[in-house]
Amino acid sequence: MLTSQLTWLVLTLAGGVLFAAFAPLLRRRAERLAAPLLALLPLAVFVQLLAALPAVQMGETAQARFDWVPALGLSLTFTLDGLGLAMGLLIAGIGALVILYGGAYLHGHPSLGRFYAVVLLFMTAMLGIALSGNALLLFVFWELTSITSFLLIGFEHERPGARAAAWQALLVTGGGGLALMAGFALLAVITGSFEMNVWAARAAEIAVHPLAPAAFLLILGGAATKSAQFPFHFWLPNAMEAPTPVSAYLHSATMVKAGVFLLARLFPVLGGLPLWTPALTTLGLLTLVGASLLALAQTDLKRLLAYTTVSALGMLVFLLGLGTPLALKTAALFLVTHALYKGALFLSAGSVDHGTGTRDIARLGGIGRAMPFTAAAAGLAALSMAGLPPLLGFIAKELVYETTLEAAAPLLLTGLTLVANAATVVVAVWVGWRPFWGRPGDDHLHPHEGTPGLWGPPLLLALLGLALGLFPALTGDGLIAPMTAAIVGQSVKVKLALWHGLTPMLGLSALTLLLGVGLAALRRVVQPRIAAFWRALAPLGPANLYHRFVHGLLSLASWQTAVLQNGYLRVYALVIVLTTAALAGLTIVLKDVTLTLSPWQPPRFYDFILVGVILTAAFLVTRSRSRVATIALLGSIGFSIAVIFLLYSAPDLAMVQFAIETLTVILFVLVLYKLPKFSRLSSTPTRIADVFFALTGGLLMTLIMLLVSRHASDASAAAYYAANSLSQANGRNIVNVILVDFRGLDTLGEITVLAIAAIGVFSLIRLGGKPGRKQRAVPKGGRTK
Amino acid sequence: MKRSILLATAARYLMPLMLIFSVFLLLRGHNEIGGGFVGGLVAASALMLYGIAISPAALRTLLPVEPRLLVGLGLLAALTSGLLPVLTGRPFLTGLWLKTPLPVIGKVGTPLLFDTGVYFVVVGVVMWILLSLAEEEAK
Repeated sequence: MLTSQLTWLVLTLAGGVLFAAFAPLLRRRAERLAAPLLALLPLAVFVQLLAALPAVQMGETAQARFDWVPALGLSLTFTLDGLGLAMGLLIAGIGALVILYGGAYLHGHPSLGRFYAVVLLFMTAMLGIALSGNALLLFVFWELTSITSFLLIGFEHERPGARAAAWQALLVTGGGGLALMAGFALLAVITGSFEMNVWAARAAEIAVHPLAPAAFLLILGGAATKSAQFPFHFWLPNAMEAPTPVSAYLHSATMVKAGVFLLARLFPVLGGLPLWTPALTTLGLLTLVGASLLALAQTDLKRLLAYTTVSALGMLVFLLGLGTPLALKTAALFLVTHALYKGALFLSAGSVDHGTGTRDIARLGGIGRAMPFTAAAAGLAALSMAGLPPLLGFIAKELVYETTLEAAAPLLLTGLTLVANAATVVVAVWVGWRPFWGRPGDDHLHPHEGTPGLWGPPLLLALLGLALGLFPALTGDGLIAPMTAAIVGQSVKVKLALWHGLTPMLGLSALTLLLGVGLAALRRVVQPRIAAFWRALAPLGPANLYHRFVHGLLSLASWQTAVLQNGYLRVYALVIVLTTAALAGLTIVLKDVTLTLSPWQPPRFYDFILVGVILTAAFLVTRSRSRVATIALLGSIGFSIAVIFLLYSAPDLAMVQFAIETLTVILFVLVLYKLPKFSRLSSTPTRIADVFFALTGGLLMTLIMLLVSRHASDASAAAYYAANSLSQANGRNIVNVILVDFRGLDTLGEITVLAIAAIGVFSLIRLGGKPGRKQRAVPKGGRTK
Repeated sequence: MKRSILLATAARYLMPLMLIFSVFLLLRGHNEIGGGFVGGLVAASALMLYGIAISPAALRTLLPVEPRLLVGLGLLAALTSGLLPVLTGRPFLTGLWLKTPLPVIGKVGTPLLFDTGVYFVVVGVVMWILLSLAEEEAK
């Protein structure tokens, strides 16, 4: 039952990709209808997931498997369990809202169709991550989210800032993706499988394997870059260059959670490693505290939210690192809570930007009267973020404190968490209250409420946070318990409640609020000092290191391009000949090959004539003073070689050689007029050196030919082709049969290369054809046989 | 470039003959000397002879499609010939043959489609490069 539901879900997703491709067309045809129609896809996924929820609550999991590349161990395995389901609900639910919101937010934008298409593609990829059961499959979806994120951050690609941020995000998460792939490969080496349930089943074996720490650290690298953990956190605030709906969806609610999700998914596999807890808790705490202090230095609504997102991700990694059932339960709850309130806050920040034209909290104030719905949504979400009852955020914060109090070093952990939580409260006040009800910093804002598409989605998300908080038992049993069960690997009881009595946690919550609200009121004092502190530290920060690294890499690239790709055809030829001669010559010397001449037929008289023609022509080419004569001489060499092919019974080669020579002459005729006057430019020593290099190349080729003819190792291959050509491939012309059948894939590759070369030549002709510009030599469109 | 009447007249008659010959090379390639690659080269030479003897513009009006479209079509044909066996559950690029040979063409199978693809890519690439050069020349 559940398996068939999962199969339908996967089919819906596959259809979704096709659907996404038509989004731009749909938008052009029906501007108004596009957003609601496109939102139907995430909605359909959402409903399907909801329908599967009861079975998953009963502890069922499902797996659907389609073979893809069985030889590589790559099969399309999809699993549905509590964790994937909850993640999927968030992705699809927020996805539907973001499509609706995006339609209103980017109303009239020329590239709105592209926005729809890429967001839907992203959603499909993200759901793929949530539902993958095979690590390779997960990796494909993982990279797809990086690419769609790149496209969406750079959505307004006319702005250099957006392009730079997109590039940075892609480099950081893409680099992490490579590490992740390596980690997966190591786990596959250990277990012989890419299936994650196989890994989980053999966790004990993995834990003692010497490669396991390396695999863990590589996977952690992938997760840390994706989930913006220190020191890779800097790409996320910069990613705020993206349109706000994208920030809300990718860079707070879903994509950045992929790293956390992966760690949770692999908890049964790697959670037993001794490295797990120290590595994850350190990383998480550093990110949590660092980012929450960085947040206090910001004045832009979106950057404030971005830094608190980073700190929330740090919290999640920290909780996963602790790894106790309580911590895992808290992580599951916090993940859902954060997605709801942060999504709502981002969307309302976008509405504020839309309604006033600014996101600067120093200028914003008192706009709540003009934008009541946005104010309600932001206020409600901020209450959840600050952790006030009866919202979901309150329950999550209580659980966080309960976890830290139970942990190994309660004083230190609780203290650090308190600092971070207080900073979160400060940001909640600055983002959710100050712009709407605070003193206006600027009288020329003219705020106005947008269309329902702009305030409906954030309000819905915020209300959901309230509803889930009001019915804690339902939330706990219905959603958090299956999630935790999937992480732990066995069923878990989750009892959530708003009121626990007078506990230390309640006291800590009150203290957090007090500290936070106090600090928030002192914004004018606090913010500049913290900003100055971080500015002083900036040269040491990872962002600066990143810039230096990228700058160095680019300098290296342009240096080596200038050396190797200098545009002189003669240098290219020289490098190729000398490298080949050096490498092949070295091999011949090292292998200590002795050269004995194989028995040969005595040459016939016409052989002497042909060789004589070739040698004379080759010598005369070097002495020629006229370009036409040179072309004619080169042509006579080519035709003589063709005749040799003919004499030694290779008519196919001869024909091709004739045709190529003919076309080469035509080519030369066409470019002849464009070339500068034929003159001798190189000095005599250079020419002598060239003679030496040419002789080296020629000698090497001769040597190789002699060696090949001595070994005649191809005899068996030739016999095979001769024997099987007619019977297996229906053809008597072995050369052609090899080309189109036995080695057809090679030929397919070759003609593709040929087509690409033609595109290159064409663009060079178009670019270099302008008068006064130097015309480069055009490579021959031939191929070697 | 001064036009030669002799060459122009000869090209008018030679070009179709050479094109027919190139198709002949393509079709018999699987059993006798020939094939898509050399057939394509011959066809390109034929067309180019016409282009040089008369004018690149005349050649352009003679061609029903852009050379670059030929390149794309050729690649598509080669790829299709590879994918057809996949549809029947065999590995990529497995040769499939019709049981009965067709009149004139002879035995028909996916390798012939593949070779036709090669033919079109070669004609397209050579025409694309040479024709752009020739048109630059004419400017």
